[in-house]
Amino acid sequence: MPNKTFFWFFLPTGLAMILFIGLPIISTGIQSFYAQHDQVVKEVKKCDPFGCTVSIVVDQEKTSKIREEKPLGKFNGFGTYVDRNHLAIEEIGKFWNETNSFGEFVDQVTNLPFYKALIFTLTYCLFVTPNVLLLGFIIALSLNAVTRRIRGPLIFGTILPMIVTPLVGSLVLFWMIDAEGIIGANLQMLMDDPYLSLKSSKTLTWITIIIYGIWHHSPFAFVVFYAALQTVPQEPIEAAIIDGASRWQRVRHIVLPHIYPVVTFVALISLMDNFRVFEPIIGFSAEGSAQSLSWLIYDNLVNEEVILFGSAAATSMMTIVGIAILLAPVLIRTWKEFRTAR
Amino acid sequence: MRETNMKKILISLLFLIFGTSAYADCNIKSGSINILANDFPALRTFVETAKGCKGSADFKVTHSSEHNKIAVPALTANPSEFSARIAANSSIVPLMNQDLIRPLDDLVKKYGKGIQDSQLITIDGKIMAVAFMANTQHLYYREDVLKELGIAVPKTYEEVVAASEKIRASGKMQYPYAAAYKAGWNLAEEFVNMYIGHGGEFFKAGTAQPSINNAKGVATLNMLKKLAGLSNPDYLTHDSEAIKVEWESGNVALMTLWASRSGTLLDDDGDAKITASTKLTGPATVAGGNIPAATLWWDGFTLAKNRSDADAEATFRALAHAAANKKMVADAADQAVWLIEGFKPGPKSIGVIEAVKMKAKPYPMLPQMGLMHGALGSEIVEFLQGKESAEQALKDVEAAYMSKAKEQGFL
Repeated sequence: MPNKTFFWFFLPTGLAMILFIGLPIISTGIQSFYAQHDQVVKEVKKCDPFGCTVSIVVDQEKTSKIREEKPLGKFNGFGTYVDRNHLAIEEIGKFWNETNSFGEFVDQVTNLPFYKALIFTLTYCLFVTPNVLLLGFIIALSLNAVTRRIRGPLIFGTILPMIVTPLVGSLVLFWMIDAEGIIGANLQMLMDDPYLSLKSSKTLTWITIIIYGIWHHSPFAFVVFYAALQTVPQEPIEAAIIDGASRWQRVRHIVLPHIYPVVTFVALISLMDNFRVFEPIIGFSAEGSAQSLSWLIYDNLVNEEVILFGSAAATSMMTIVGIAILLAPVLIRTWKEFRTAR
Repeated sequence: MRETNMKKILISLLFLIFGTSAYADCNIKSGSINILANDFPALRTFVETAKGCKGSADFKVTHSSEHNKIAVPALTANPSEFSARIAANSSIVPLMNQDLIRPLDDLVKKYGKGIQDSQLITIDGKIMAVAFMANTQHLYYREDVLKELGIAVPKTYEEVVAASEKIRASGKMQYPYAAAYKAGWNLAEEFVNMYIGHGGEFFKAGTAQPSINNAKGVATLNMLKKLAGLSNPDYLTHDSEAIKVEWESGNVALMTLWASRSGTLLDDDGDAKITASTKLTGPATVAGGNIPAATLWWDGFTLAKNRSDADAEATFRALAHAAANKKMVADAADQAVWLIEGFKPGPKSIGVIEAVKMKAKPYPMLPQMGLMHGALGSEIVEFLQGKESAEQALKDVEAAYMSKAKEQGFL
């Protein structure tokens, strides 16, 4: 396609992307550099059905004046980014000086909310993405081998986890792993431990969420791989069979190289999706044991009675940076291949 | 047979007609009313009663348990989406902080006939809300279980622990205690209650500096952990609804739960034997203190600032009609502890009445309290899981709170 045609083709999409993705990101970025104005408070008498007390309120007269002058708030630079609830630069420095062993230092750092969330998010990504790719590929290969007659229903069954709304899917599993649910109760019997609870242990909660993630995302990888498998040319495979190549050798040397670009694509999308893991945490009520970066944003926006726009914006920006870093190796590689191909 | 049925229908229809015509005194000529409220039976009754006198005004209501998340954005818009918001001690604070609600003095003077002075929430001499019901968290117990094991009804949390241990030792129940310990708002609320029971203060007097990392804070956490140890191991995922289900399936003999839930626990649904022996008592005290380890809450209505005066007037008249309605209070006496004149407390309101008698403190109505509540909800979890010390957990709460408070301009 000539570049000019491509440009006109892409223009509407590009405009929509700038309008609905680019501008909001810029606005979020600006917001992350601002904090609320200093609150002017005053002592007043408050009375309710249970009696009167002297207490404080925000002085609206003075505050509204400051707000009108600078509606965005007080410029805070990277203040929100480096505070204790985000990158915690100061605290980490302190821990480094105060702790005696490296293990203790790591303990202290992973106790900070941002790093706690980052570790869960990365663990989730690192376990879910490769497993999704592997499982999706195995399912695609196996389904490709069964007779055409039963393939339709099998494919439908396989992509069900993706059709089920994430929240519903996780809720179903949540009830099943309850101490009185079908999985929970059977596990207790199997392990011979009536106190075993999948929800109360941090490790088990993580494992549950990761397994759920693999279950939920595999169909996507499967669908794409299955489509790609249809394009694998039959001639080299037949030639390989005649040469006496085993099934594994055929997959390794013919099928995989052929669908390699698709694998990259699925890996990219998967990584991006998994880095924003959110629904299972809500569905499993796992806030106590597992927090992700997206959950932190949600927490700042809705769980407090006061909305922390600055915090939420800062975490959003860092999530974007995080995804960019994660994707960088794959993107660089794709770019290089693109260059050599030309 | 059919005829008697017809008669019944006719009579009820007549009642309906007369019922509405009895509200003739508040027929509102114009304006539009739109109310945002939490979703539980008493509030539905209240809003329905207000609707009864809407006259020719436009009337809309949104009942949602997610009301907290909508309120500030919806009332910030100008004109505001809602003309009134049913709020409580804690949820009025963000509205006050952002200056989103209007003083009601003139309206109360003009249309507030029948509203008692004790219902008025005044801040700095201005009426900001009109309360109509009270709520608190208190103890529920299974009379049959306690009787069988010869346990007296516990009055302190130490007794709750002893009683639960006895029940567990008897082999009757594995996890005899329950409270809403779900990580987040619910867990923080339990901390607030227990800390107030220990006589603790959340902030250094007159400032927004936190002051919970002290002996009282540690004692609070240790008591919460003891109680958690007697609860279902999944306690960090259990909210009020989940423990209500636990109770109704007979897994629990002692429970701390909202008074406003008593209605659904004592209704005809579920196992009749459990319902019959479900009894209410006041909130428990802790560590030899006199004040109960509980907070008092009121629910009341506030009016949006960013809405025309005509709408505010129409809304106030309708809601004031409900907030001074003796008939509603008599009809729905078991739905809530109404603060309205003419309320005769029934067996379902024992908890709140006892709490008031014991001089329970109201939930702190401070501008920065929401941030403290949020920090508590996430930072004390690891202590309960046994992953860190009480001191470390309290230090974390203070640090998390400080960062948020700095961002919000309180420090």
